[in-house]
Parts: sequence; structure tokens; C-alpha cells
Amino acid sequence: MRALRYGISDTLVLAKRSLLRIPRQPDLLVGFTIQPVLFVLLFVYVFGGAIQTPGFDYVDFLMPGIIVQSIVFGGFVTALGLADDLKKGLMDRFRSLPMTRSALLTGRTLGDIVTNVFQLVVMFTVGLLIGFNFSSSVGEVIAGIALVLAIGYAFSWVFAFIGLSSSSPEASNAYGFTVLFPLTFVSSAFVPVDTMPSWLQPIAEHNPFTTMVDAARALFLGVPAGNDVWLAVLWTLAIIAVFAPLSAWRYQRVVTR
Amino acid sequence: MAVDPAVETTGLHKSYGDVEALRGIDLRVERGSVFGLLGPNGAGKTTAVRILTTLLRPDDGSAWVAGFDVVRDAGRVRERIGLAGQYAAVDENLTGFENLEMVGRLYHLGRRQSRDRARELLSDFDLAEAGGRLVRTYSGGMRRRLDLAAALVARPPVLFLDEPTTGLDIRSRIDLWDAIEALVSAGTTVLLTTQYLDEADRLADRIAVIDQGSVIAEGTPSELKAQVGGERLEIHLCDDGRGEEAVAALASIASDRPFVEDGSVRVPVAERRGTIANAVRRLDDAGIAIDDISVSTPTLDDVFLNLTGHAAEPKAEDSEDGAR
Repeated sequence: MRALRYGISDTLVLAKRSLLRIPRQPDLLVGFTIQPVLFVLLFVYVFGGAIQTPGFDYVDFLMPGIIVQSIVFGGFVTALGLADDLKKGLMDRFRSLPMTRSALLTGRTLGDIVTNVFQLVVMFTVGLLIGFNFSSSVGEVIAGIALVLAIGYAFSWVFAFIGLSSSSPEASNAYGFTVLFPLTFVSSAFVPVDTMPSWLQPIAEHNPFTTMVDAARALFLGVPAGNDVWLAVLWTLAIIAVFAPLSAWRYQRVVTR
Repeated sequence: MAVDPAVETTGLHKSYGDVEALRGIDLRVERGSVFGLLGPNGAGKTTAVRILTTLLRPDDGSAWVAGFDVVRDAGRVRERIGLAGQYAAVDENLTGFENLEMVGRLYHLGRRQSRDRARELLSDFDLAEAGGRLVRTYSGGMRRRLDLAAALVARPPVLFLDEPTTGLDIRSRIDLWDAIEALVSAGTTVLLTTQYLDEADRLADRIAVIDQGSVIAEGTPSELKAQVGGERLEIHLCDDGRGEEAVAALASIASDRPFVEDGSVRVPVAERRGTIANAVRRLDDAGIAIDDISVSTPTLDDVFLNLTGHAAEPKAEDSEDGAR
């Protein structure tokens, strides 16, 4: 009981630490506010006219996709933060304290949920201003928001693993963007999959991002979901089930450089 | 029953791949004392501290801190230790106050007590005014003081300082030494590692000299100095090339093998009195001009040279690399 209470309080203390750094690091703040907004505007106004999305206005098609992409990368703060803690020796301090061992990870990933909520608010606001409409029930929208936040939480664990496995914050940046960034593009996030070359289509169709984006689209736009929502939930749980233990294992083993 | 020592290790071994970082270390640090682990970079000092602070498991051997086994009772050990290191492990994106408060909360002191303790430590370490500023605006010396303060949040009975002054300027080093001495007088046991001989000499009650993963000597600073023998005559010659001639001229007054480097000659001597006059006369007879001459007591530098055959303090650029 005492262990649980300490676990929760340690997690909250470290989540607060993770959040305090965001307004103090202008580059992070830009990453959370201006960057996603810029992406929305660029896609809608620059590419939007050239991309055919039968049955949808492009802004309606795009928003679920770009929201999933931004939320996935929201966990990036965790990778940067952990790599930085390693580099600066803070990891040693934390590991020598009588705190709950996993709290550094759960605190960071919890902090990511808060920043992701903030990101969602910014993006929905911009989306609604430029013509995005929810065309589903309130319940579906709420379920969609919950799903997107869950996806973000799952990827926080992927980024935690990346941060603990890379040699520096810069290296974690490189891993994150060279692996995940293309994956988000070879999906249904920005263009319909059937407009891609035939060799690429099977990859895009089986990409979990496609499932997640299609699920978000179904919940925000009221289009038939098929199995996408359940599959997206399964993917999310699977990612957490794999990467949370992997990160915890890495965290036990890392040696401050 | 005898009082348990604050730190005790038997036969500590640790390897990283093929590299043996520790080859059987036995240490005993009495409560309330300051123990110095002295050695060059790569000697194994940091590995030993990492094992004692539960960050690393030894491959073999045992270690107890504050009466608890560092592997089996790691949690209890962590409640009783503080660690400050060469990295100045404080969060740059928090203020000094926020750093200390956070550490207090993670020692489970409670919100109120964590804040009170943070304020108290900031004022103890002359950081009260800077407490509200982000740490990234702090100087190196201020960071190190904050790091030390963070290690003291829970008033731990055993404090580990891993190269506490590496990379600091003289002024900041002296400030930090004063702070450490104040702690010790309040009863804290301190185990510190250092590659600075003057630091160990000034702070430590006992010193273990460690080289390539083994303890090669242990004792009080004066015992270690005594091992090297008595007084030393130091001569700087006007002509760098005549060192060997000078040694020959002084052979009859040397108590041990002299040491020559360029124009400097160091000659161990048994007797201080009259040595300088005697030496000047002999060198004068040999026609060797003297730039400077003095007699000094041995330093830990000499101890190290004597024990290992190589100098203790690496060049400045080496110490930067080694610290990473």
C-alpha cells in the first residue's frame, strides 16, 4: 500500500518535472504548438488542392491523420528527456534515490499525455477555424480523442526505449525521425492509399498507422469503421505491452555515459 | 559489540567485457570519518562508488553501506546515502529550488518538509538568491554546490562524492572543501574519490590509493607520506643538461635514488639540517650553477610516483576525456 502511494507520488513529481521543462525550452514549445499548426496549414493549402479524397473535403480527410501523426511524435519529449538525463548524469542521481524505480519512466510518459492533450486542443482549434467538421456523435468524438491519446501514450513508450538506447539526444532524434517519420507517411494519414503505386499499397495497408488513422477517421467523421477501431486498440495495447517492459529493462541496465 | 563501519567491502570484483575495472577491493570506512579513494582516471574509483551507491552490481564480493548489503538491501541503502558527482547532476531546466524540492519529494520527505529543506540548503550553500533562477544560468561552482546540496536533502549518514571538484577553478574548489569539512564536523561519513592529491590530503582521514582496480596502499595521509621517506632536496639547475652531473655530485648526501627531469633534480635526504649549505657547496665545487634550491616534505604526489612508478595527476585534457 505504501509502495503504491509512493509510486503514484513519485510518478507525479517526475511528470511535473517533465512538464516544467517545456515552456522553458523554446524549441520544445515550438515543436508542440507552431509545428503541428504549420503542418495542418501547409497540407490543407499547399497539397490539399492536388490531393483527391473522394467523399471528403481534404481538411476533413487530413485532420484525423495529422492528429495521429502529431500525437505519435508527442512522445518524442520522453526520448529527448531520457537521453539528456543519461548524458548529464541525472539518471545516476535518480537511481541512487529511494524512489520507485519505474517512476522516471511512468512520470515522463504521464507528462506526455498532458502535452498531447494540449496539442490536441491546439490542432482541433486550428482545424475548426479552417473548416474541419466533426460529423459523428459526441460519444464517438470522445472515444476518438481517448483512442488518439492512448496511441500517443503507447508511442511514448517506444520513444522511451529509443531515448534509453541511443547515445545522445541528437541520436535519439535521428532514430525517431528516420524510422517513424516515413512510416507515418506511407499510410492513409495524408493521401488515400489507393493513389499509391501498387507495390507500396500493401505496405501502407498493413501499416499500423493506417489502421490507427482509419480508426480516428471513423470516430471523428462517422464513416463506417469496419474492424479498424478494435484493431487500433489492439495495436496500441500491443505496443505498450512490448515497449513498456523493454524500456523498463533498458532502464535497469543503462550506464551513464 | 563493535560499531558497524559506515562502509565495508570485501573482494569487490567488476569487469566490463574484457576490462577488469575492480580486481578485489577491500575497504573499511569508520563512521564519522572521511575516506579518500585516490587514483588516476580509469583506476576504478567511479566503479567502486557506483557499486556502493547501488547503481551497479558487483560481479563478485560484497559491500555494506550503513549496515545494509548494497545488492540485497539496495532500497534501504538508498534511503541512507547521498551521491554527488563529477557531473553536477542537477536539472538545468528547473530552478535551484525546484531541483532540491524534487529530490526531497523523491526521498519521500513530504511536500512541506521538502520545501523547507530546499530553502534551508539553498541558504547553507550560498544559493538563496539564485534559488529562483534556472540552473542553466548557474556557474560551474554554483552547480556543484547545488549538486552537493541535493545529495544532502535527506541528511544521509553516508555521503559519496565522486570527484567533487574535478573541473572547478581554485576558488570554487576551496569553497566546496569548506562545505565538505563543515559536513564532516556534523558527523556525516564521507567517501570521496579524487585524482587530486592535495584534495585527499586536505579532506581525508584515511586514504586508499587505487590503481588499475586494486588498492595498492592504504593509511592516513601522514603514513603514506612516511612510506616515501623523509625530506627531499629540490634543485633547479641553470643548465638543463647537467642533471646527471648534479646527481653524481650529490651522491654522498642522497638517502635514496635521486630523480632527474630536465633541469630539476629531486634528491631524498635523511637530514634536513645543513642540507642546503652542503648541497650548494658540492654543486659549486663541481661548477654547476643553481637557479633555485629548497628542501620540502613529501606530498601525495611522491607517494603515487613511488607506489606506481607513474605520476598520479594526468594532463588536463586527459582528465576531461576520462570524466566522460
